[in-house]
Amino acid sequence: MTMPVEETIEPQGLNGIRICDFTGQLAGAGATKILAAFGAEVIRVEDPTNKGKWDILRGIPPWVGNARGLEAGGAFNNHNAGKLGITLNLRDDRAKELLRELVSISDAVTENFAAGVMDRLGFGYDELRKIREDIVYVSNNGFGSTGPYSSFKSWGPIAQAVSGLTFTSGLPEQPPAGWGYSFMDHTGAYYMATAVLMALLHRRRTGEGQWVDLACIEAAGTLHGTATLDATVNGRAMRRSGMPNSNRSQSPRMAPHGIWATQGENQWIAIAVRDDSDWRLFAEVVNEPWSQEHRWQFAVDRLSAEDELEQLVAAWTAPQDRHALAQQLIDAGVPAAPVLRPGERIDSDERTSDLWITVDHSEVGPARVEGLPVRLSETNWSLSRGAACLGEHNSYVFGQLLGLDEQEINELAEEGVI
Amino acid sequence: MTPKAALSGYRVIELASERCALAGKLLADMGAEVIIVEPPGGCETRAWEPFADDVPGLENSLHWWHYNTSKKSVMVDIETEVGAQQFRSLLATADVVIEAEPLGRLDALGLDWNQLREDESQLIWTSISHHGRDGADPPATDLTLLAEGGPVWSCGYDDQLLPPVRGGGNQAFHTACHYAVPAILVALMWRETSSRGQLIDVSMLGAANATTEFATLWWLNAEQEVQRQTGRHAHPRPTEWTQIRCADGRWFNTGMPPRNKREFAALRTWIEELGLVEECSSYEILKLGDQYERIGVFELDADPLAGEVFQAGRDVIEFLGQRLPAYELFLGLQERGMACGIVYSPDEMIEDPHFVERGFPVDVFYEDRNSTYTHPGAPYRFQRTPWMATRAPHLGEHQVLIEDISE
Repeated sequence: MTMPVEETIEPQGLNGIRICDFTGQLAGAGATKILAAFGAEVIRVEDPTNKGKWDILRGIPPWVGNARGLEAGGAFNNHNAGKLGITLNLRDDRAKELLRELVSISDAVTENFAAGVMDRLGFGYDELRKIREDIVYVSNNGFGSTGPYSSFKSWGPIAQAVSGLTFTSGLPEQPPAGWGYSFMDHTGAYYMATAVLMALLHRRRTGEGQWVDLACIEAAGTLHGTATLDATVNGRAMRRSGMPNSNRSQSPRMAPHGIWATQGENQWIAIAVRDDSDWRLFAEVVNEPWSQEHRWQFAVDRLSAEDELEQLVAAWTAPQDRHALAQQLIDAGVPAAPVLRPGERIDSDERTSDLWITVDHSEVGPARVEGLPVRLSETNWSLSRGAACLGEHNSYVFGQLLGLDEQEINELAEEGVI
Repeated sequence: MTPKAALSGYRVIELASERCALAGKLLADMGAEVIIVEPPGGCETRAWEPFADDVPGLENSLHWWHYNTSKKSVMVDIETEVGAQQFRSLLATADVVIEAEPLGRLDALGLDWNQLREDESQLIWTSISHHGRDGADPPATDLTLLAEGGPVWSCGYDDQLLPPVRGGGNQAFHTACHYAVPAILVALMWRETSSRGQLIDVSMLGAANATTEFATLWWLNAEQEVQRQTGRHAHPRPTEWTQIRCADGRWFNTGMPPRNKREFAALRTWIEELGLVEECSSYEILKLGDQYERIGVFELDADPLAGEVFQAGRDVIEFLGQRLPAYELFLGLQERGMACGIVYSPDEMIEDPHFVERGFPVDVFYEDRNSTYTHPGAPYRFQRTPWMATRAPHLGEHQVLIEDISE
C-alpha cells in the first residue's frame, strides 16, 4: 500500500493536522482545499449509496478534457484537489463506528450540510465531543444553525440575494445584476478556512476545542459595512433613487469611475480617476477640448455632472483599443484596466501565471486547477493530487490509520458499508 | 470571567491602507492586539465619505469606523529618522505585520522585510500588493483589479451591450485579505512549533483571479467562455431567468425551482390556500408533478413531460411573485422546503428578524459621541472564543504605546 500523503521537501504549515471532512460544493470544499494546500491531511467522507453525488458538482460539466463520468467533473476536481477520499454509508452501524474512530484521530470535523443533518446522523457537536473532547467542529450553511430560518435552504446566489450582495451589484434603472457566479461560495469557503484555522490555533495554544457556527449570509453581511453604517448611523437607506450604481465609487467618491465600451464587440475598459491630480493626468491623455475645460478640474464639479462626464468618456473610449488605452493611462499614472476575458487572463497574463497549476488525477490524468494567490517563504502551499476518486483512499484510511486488514476492508465494501 | 479570545496575546502591526484594513479587522475582532500605524494627519480613508451625521472630520468617516473596529492607533512618520526608529521598536514587539505599501517604499526607508528579517526571525510579515512583491505596481483601484482579475467579465446583464458590472463593496481588497488572513493563521500555527516567522506575499490580482468560479472552470477544463446573464451565473450558453420582480417591486431570486412531487404538491396546496386556483393557468400541470420523485435538470430534454412540469413550477413561482410581496414569497417557499432568496439591500438584511435573533447586528458604543450605533456583527460564531467589536480608534489614540517602547 502506498502512503498517499505527499512527501514534500519543504515543511508545510499544517503538517500533522488531520481534518475529517464532510464538505462539498464550493462553499465547503473550497475551505478544506486551502487547508489541504497548506499540508493538512484532509479526509473527505462520501456516501457510497449515491456515489458521493450529494455534492452536485461531482460528475457534471465542465468536464476535464475528454473524460466523462463521476470522476471527470472539472469543478469538483478543482475544489477537491489535494484531499483524500473515503466512503462511509452512515446508515450502517459499522460505518458509524469507523467514523467514530476516524474522529478520534482527527483534529477537526468540517461540514456544510443543511442545519441539523449532522445531528440526525448522530454526529452533532455534543456527540463529537464525547468522541474527542478537544475536537474543532465547523459547520457552514446559509442561514446558520439557530434562528427562525435555520431550516431554510441556501446556495451561493441565495446567500448573495439575502445578504445584500446582489442588490449592490448593478446599474441604475436596471434589475440587480448580482454576481455572475457564486462569489459567496468562494467567500464562504474563505471564512470557513479562517474559522477552522482560528479554532485550531486556539486549540494548539490552550488545548480547548469548540464549535464554530458559520452562516454564509452573515459572513456576506459584513462585506458592505460602510453602506450599512450609512443606514444605521445616518438613516440613509440604500434603496433610493439612482442607487445602486456599482460601477461608480461611493466611498471614496471618484469621477469619472466606470466601465466603458471600446473598439470591437464586447470589449471594455475600466477607468478610475481617483482625485484632481489623476484628473490632470487623465485630461492630458484625452487631449480633447472638453478635457481641457476648467469646469472638470475639481472633483466636486465632476461628481455633480457625472452623467454628462461619463458620456464624454464613453465617446472617447469607443473607437480605441482597450489594451493600448489602458496601458497609456497606466503609464500616465491613472488606474485603468481592460476587462479581461477568461482566456486572456488565464492563458496570457504572465502576472498571474503561477496561479494555474496542473494536478494529477488518478483516473482522468493531468488537469488544470486554481492554486492559491499567496506565497509563503517558509511553508508555502502545494497541490499535486487531483480530487480523490470515490473511495480511493479507503485502504489507507481504514487499513493504515484505523488498523483494519485487507479482508475486513473487502468485506465492508462488499456489504455496502464503505 | 470573560472567556479568552482566540487570538489574545498576538500583536499585529498594520500600516494603514484601504487595501489591508479588512485583514487587520478580522484579526482584531477575534482578540489580536492590532496597532494601526497612521501617517501624520491620519490614514487617507479617514477623509472618505459618508461621514457620521454627514459632518466631515477625521473621526467621522464611516469607512474608517467599519474597517478599523477593535484596533489601536498610533501616528508615526516613518519617513523621519525618529519615526523609523519608533516603527522598528514597535516591530520588535510584534508577531505579525500587515502592509500594502507601494512596492519599494519601505525598502527605500530601510524598513522592509528584507532589511528587518534578521533581527525579527519570529516575525510574520504580510505584504499585499498588485500581483506580488516581485511584480510591477501599476496604479490600481478595486474597480481596475476586478476588471483585469476576472470578476467583472461575469457580472452584468443578458443584454451584452450594457457594460459589465463591478460587484459592490470593494470586494477586490476584501478577497486579497480573505487570502492573507488564513495564510497568517497558518504561519502562526507553524510558528507555535518551529519558533520561526516568515514572509507572506499576497497578490490582489491573483486573489481576484482565484475567485471567479465557473468563468475560470469552463476555461481551464473546456476552453469555453462564459457570457453575462442578468442576476444569475454567467455560462457558455444562455440559461433561464432566476430573478423576478414581486408585487411590492422588490426583486427575488427563485433559486432552484421545484423538482420533486413533494415540492409540486406543496406549491399546489399553497395556491389553493391563497384561493388562486382559478387564476393560475399552470395549476393543472402541477398535478402531473406527482409522478416525479425528482426531475434531473439534465434530463429535461429527454423527457418532454418532465420539461413541462418543471416549467410549470417556475411559472407558478413567477405567478405568485406577481401577487405577493417578496418577503411573503420568500417565507412561503422556504417554509415549504424550496430554496430561494429575497433580494435585500445590506441595511435591510441587518434588520431581518432571523439575523436579529441570532445577534448579527451588534451595538458599538462611541463614548466620545455618547451614542451607540449598530454595526454588522460576527461573520462566524465561535462557541468559546468571543468575537467582539469596539469602536475604531481616534488618530493617535494609543500613542502611549510608542512612548512605552522608547522608555
